[in-house]
Amino acid sequence: MQAGKNLLARERFSLTIERLCNQLIEDWGDFSNACVIGIQPRGVALSNRIHQRLQELTGNSHIEYGRLDITFYRDDFRMYDTPLTPHPTDMDFLVAGKKVLLVDDVLYTGRTIQAALAALQHYGRPGVVELLVLVDRRFNRHLPIQADYTGLVVDALDEAYVKVHWKEIHGEDEVLLFDKKER
Amino acid sequence: MKSFSTRHLIGIKNITEDDIQLIFETADNFKEVINRPIKKVPSLRDITVANLFFESSTRTRVSFELAERRLSADIVNFTASSSSVSKGETLLDTVNNILAMKVDMVVMRHPAPGACVYLSRHIPANIINAGDGTHEHPTQALLDAYSIRETLGDIAGRKVAIIGDILHSRVALSNVFCLKKLGARVRVCGPPTLIPKYYSELGVEVSHQVRETLQWCDVANVLRIQLERQDIKYFPSLREYHQYFGITREMLDSLDKEIVVMHPGPINRGVEITSDVADSRQSIILQQVENGVAVRMAVLYLLAGQKSQ
Repeated sequence: MQAGKNLLARERFSLTIERLCNQLIEDWGDFSNACVIGIQPRGVALSNRIHQRLQELTGNSHIEYGRLDITFYRDDFRMYDTPLTPHPTDMDFLVAGKKVLLVDDVLYTGRTIQAALAALQHYGRPGVVELLVLVDRRFNRHLPIQADYTGLVVDALDEAYVKVHWKEIHGEDEVLLFDKKER
Repeated sequence: MKSFSTRHLIGIKNITEDDIQLIFETADNFKEVINRPIKKVPSLRDITVANLFFESSTRTRVSFELAERRLSADIVNFTASSSSVSKGETLLDTVNNILAMKVDMVVMRHPAPGACVYLSRHIPANIINAGDGTHEHPTQALLDAYSIRETLGDIAGRKVAIIGDILHSRVALSNVFCLKKLGARVRVCGPPTLIPKYYSELGVEVSHQVRETLQWCDVANVLRIQLERQDIKYFPSLREYHQYFGITREMLDSLDKEIVVMHPGPINRGVEITSDVADSRQSIILQQVENGVAVRMAVLYLLAGQKSQ
């Protein structure tokens, strides 16, 4: 296994999440008509933290929170030898008229976000949708999609691979850059 | 990512336990989809499915059609009575003509056992068996097992009784294969004339005593007496069948436990099961129908999701 270059270690990692939450509170102010939606599977670790911290900082313990699986909306269906494996969707509210914060770990080609926007349509017509990502690989986009809130901007070659590790899953909070994606 | 071991779903006999579990896990996700306000996902938007029904069907055809539509597939429907089959065209010719119009998947019900295997050897599309004669009806067995899993939590170690016309039933055979693969204990029960001898070789128990079987089992899957297939008299009369093998409220009340009652439909009320049992709290018949759509969506998704050959 190749060793990844550490781009964001533990302390800066939690500072970044703290900064993102404060930025959101500054911009959004009131969260009574807002909801946070994490994209399955990898956006959920980040959205769990963002949602929890937002509730602590605003004192509003009723910010709606959902986990959205976008597998059935992806545009690369039938391009792999095995079918894409879906993950559970956990959305017990509609987004009609709401301010939606979409959360994912890495923004790369933009195709996941395109699929997430399509999936979101099935829960009503949202008022506003904004995108929060921990890592933005800004030179690798296939679609005109940009994040509204970004933790870290990474300029890397197309072959490179950025992986986010989470304390609750991998034992450590960090963002790693690999030269190549491991097969 | 897990993969599916087959390109076609011909029978439960040909798939593995892992395949069945993968179908169930995928069906869980689709069950969530069909309970949303907008019950549709675009996964199969570039796929065309032909539903070929050479034998009458309501539930299965509607269920497949809904599953296909909810996955955004394009569909063509075909019933034997209104087609060139009545003009003497062979099965292979009929299907090849339909495939020439660029169809990716075929869902077929046919009165001849083995029709789907035959087709799978001659055409490139994915084939799903929706019942071939008295052979197999895999999606029904999958949705039955899925409904048991949903109601009781697990299938391994559970005792399932299949009661009724086993001889003519493709549902019984597929159910036996499916439940055995998932680790359940299976017993078939019915008049001796309606239970083929080979069933004892499939590793299932055979009984002719309904009350004793109900006392033994956790789940009773009651099958229809197939009146259209009674070419000779297998039992003296429907009334006598009901007296000896019909499931009644009194019978269920006399047990010292509450069992789950299933029926794949269509029900002959008052013959194999009485109305008060079919409509009771113990019955999960309508839950089976709902799960049918989710399970069929999972099968279509998994077969279509493999890279084209």
